[in-house]
Amino acid sequence: MTHSLTLRASVLSALIFFIFVATWHLATSGSSSVAQMDPEYAKLMGLTATTGKSAMPGPLDVGAKILEHLRAPFYDRGPNDKGIGLQLAYSVGRVMLGYALAVLVAVPGGFLIGMSPLMSRALNPYIQILKPISPLAWMPLALYTIKDSSVSAIFVIFICSLWPMLINTAFGVASVRKEWLNVARTLEVPPLRRAFTIILPAAAPTILTGMRISIGIAWLVIVAAEMLVGGTGIGYFVWNEWNNLSITNVIISILVIGLVGMLLDQALARVARFVTYPD
Amino acid sequence: MTDRFISIESIARHYPQAGGGSTTIFDDLWFSMNKGEFSCIIGHSGCGKTTVLNILAGLDLPDEGVAVVDGKAIEGPSLDRAVIFQSHALLPWRSVIGNVAYAVSSRWRDWSKDKVREQAQRFIELVGLKGNENKKPSELSGGMKQRVGIARALSIEPKILLMDEPFSALDALTRGTLQDEVRRICLDTGQTAFMITHDVDEAIYLADRIVLMTNGPNAMVAEIVENPLPRDRRRIDLHKHPDYYALRNHLIDFLVSRSRSFKDEIPAGYQKRHPPVVRPTANPKAPEGGDALKVA
Repeated sequence: MTHSLTLRASVLSALIFFIFVATWHLATSGSSSVAQMDPEYAKLMGLTATTGKSAMPGPLDVGAKILEHLRAPFYDRGPNDKGIGLQLAYSVGRVMLGYALAVLVAVPGGFLIGMSPLMSRALNPYIQILKPISPLAWMPLALYTIKDSSVSAIFVIFICSLWPMLINTAFGVASVRKEWLNVARTLEVPPLRRAFTIILPAAAPTILTGMRISIGIAWLVIVAAEMLVGGTGIGYFVWNEWNNLSITNVIISILVIGLVGMLLDQALARVARFVTYPD
Repeated sequence: MTDRFISIESIARHYPQAGGGSTTIFDDLWFSMNKGEFSCIIGHSGCGKTTVLNILAGLDLPDEGVAVVDGKAIEGPSLDRAVIFQSHALLPWRSVIGNVAYAVSSRWRDWSKDKVREQAQRFIELVGLKGNENKKPSELSGGMKQRVGIARALSIEPKILLMDEPFSALDALTRGTLQDEVRRICLDTGQTAFMITHDVDEAIYLADRIVLMTNGPNAMVAEIVENPLPRDRRRIDLHKHPDYYALRNHLIDFLVSRSRSFKDEIPAGYQKRHPPVVRPTANPKAPEGGDALKVA
């Protein structure tokens, strides 16, 4: 081995990116044959027919548009023309709010279920039935009861983030090693102190795993939810740009959704590393 | 010395069986220990040694009978009885000093941070871990982890130290060093200690009295062996003592055959309430000048 694995992997990654962009560029650069037609008719046909250009934007178009967005990410010119940064901020804000509410419910709830076999048995059927429901199925009910589309989206995020965290917290709490609990017992540690000094740190890695799964699902769901409720957010932005037939903006949105999702996951991975203990 | 500092009185423990009914691990079990004494319990796996220790720790309760410590029946775990676990049971997210300080601050809730740290530091130094205070358990060797376990147990200054095969997972060399230290600490502080072991040599070196348990289920205390070796015994010349082989043979003989056969041939006059106390010596007839084995 002459070069480090990291270096070779980076070179390969760059190569794949280059091949992808080159193929994309060639595939969308358009045919050279331009049909000769009546100028009046050509006006009706659009660029594809008259200049031989593909309707699919090429990497250069997308790149130029990205620069444009980067120059003014937060402008606001009415409901149908907001900067992509502003739309993202709306989405991230909704996700954070729904997710934070879910943490507040799921972590204490998971503690209760994990610590009490009675509660675990009693609540298990509800969890099993509620867990597989697509979060979007709640949307009509949420809209009907809450009567506010924005709050409904937050509710949907709350519901979809809840289950992985609840189940992981309960599992983590229930599987704290008996010997650590025995240490607490022989030291006559009172219940509340035991929960915070033994069970919480012991279960923290499992809880964080649940939180990571949840943030991933929440970010998946917010796009779909915003397509439904409309108004603001990156999901609405994608749908709006589709209606504008701006494929360039749709591609950019897809890219940005992926990037933000990765950042959210990485942020929680950082926290997870902080609470993980080597055994 | 107060007689019968710890007294186990007619305790029984049954475990439910898979197909209904129950297995009796032991019942009507009696024995006692004196203050400042080091007792070991020896027996094969499944005889209920760990159950006895857990009952003394308060982690398990007997189905019948009672365990009394210092005149009070055990009703649950207590800071008066510290446990050194076989698996050391350190909290992996806390440092060495964090683990010991956790015990200290549980013992004395009103102590200041500095006072807790000072006490923890003292016991870390006592077990020879100075300089490792801020390491996490995962950075320590098996022997060092068990040292932390010992420091944690001693730091709360318990009336009784309970040990469940504390050295069985360690290599022979480390085990020897730790036995030396536990013995030194217990002798220096007059610590009452109770230890489960499989290792006959460990029992001979450490224990003042050795409780022999027969095989389970329905295990019994066959006898209580008094260690005839002098209190200031040292590991290196232990085997040169005239009574050493008498004691060792007696213990091994018990583990090999009598632990199994004892139930079928219970000696005349055996009482569960007062298990016989024996003191194996080289020359049973003349215990004072027992030099029979000192031929070489």
